[in-house]
Amino acid sequence: MNRLVVGAHYGLMDWLAQRVTAIVMAVYTLIIFAAALGGATASREAWHSFMANGFIRYISFLFIVSLCYHAWVGVRDIWMDYLNSAALRVILHVLTLLALIGYAGWAVQIIWRL
Amino acid sequence: MPEMTKPRPKHLALHQIRLPLAGYASILHRVSGAGLFLMLPLLVWLLQLSLSPSQESAALFSAVMGNLLVKLILLGLLWAFLHHFCMGIRILLIDVHVGVEKQQAHNSAMAVMIISLALTLVFGLKLLGA
Repeated sequence: MNRLVVGAHYGLMDWLAQRVTAIVMAVYTLIIFAAALGGATASREAWHSFMANGFIRYISFLFIVSLCYHAWVGVRDIWMDYLNSAALRVILHVLTLLALIGYAGWAVQIIWRL
Repeated sequence: MPEMTKPRPKHLALHQIRLPLAGYASILHRVSGAGLFLMLPLLVWLLQLSLSPSQESAALFSAVMGNLLVKLILLGLLWAFLHHFCMGIRILLIDVHVGVEKQQAHNSAMAVMIISLALTLVFGLKLLGA
């Protein structure tokens, strides 16, 4: 069979995911900023008790997952745009994915054991 | 078949290309995103130190935050985050057909540049002073 294999219909899904994760992160940013204005970052103790709050932990988790998914789509797009070698692209895609999954686990355990 | 008049493939001379402002804002969206991705381990580590109950972590956090190189990196990341944030809002607005006209798109790109730099200055002073 002689055909060019391109696209797997993931374009729209990634486009949408990039927007949804961006909105989650933007809202989270504003919440943290408002909390900081309210004194949540005034001391280590205040910061700790703020981040240990159940609702904040829940949205922090959403933020971490959103960030890693968003970064995956964005960084993968960079590799796809600039790298011509398929082998190099696959290697960097895998490394990017592994790095982000690791960061997600690391960050989640930081907030989840509070 | 007509003879091709232009040589292909075309190799773009990047230094000769003059982008509109929105083009530069867009490239900076990519650059800032890449920078944030590359520095993610530092940010997660700082989050860990800031939330760890141990005295050693508290001391280490203060020492790291007091380091000039770290401050400069964080200043750069602050700009990266703010630019990415503002540009992201611009992209979301354009997605829902707000500010699609040429002049509006130019103005919003200008606004992204100015607002993100101004906010970097405001928060940066806090960062460097604290």
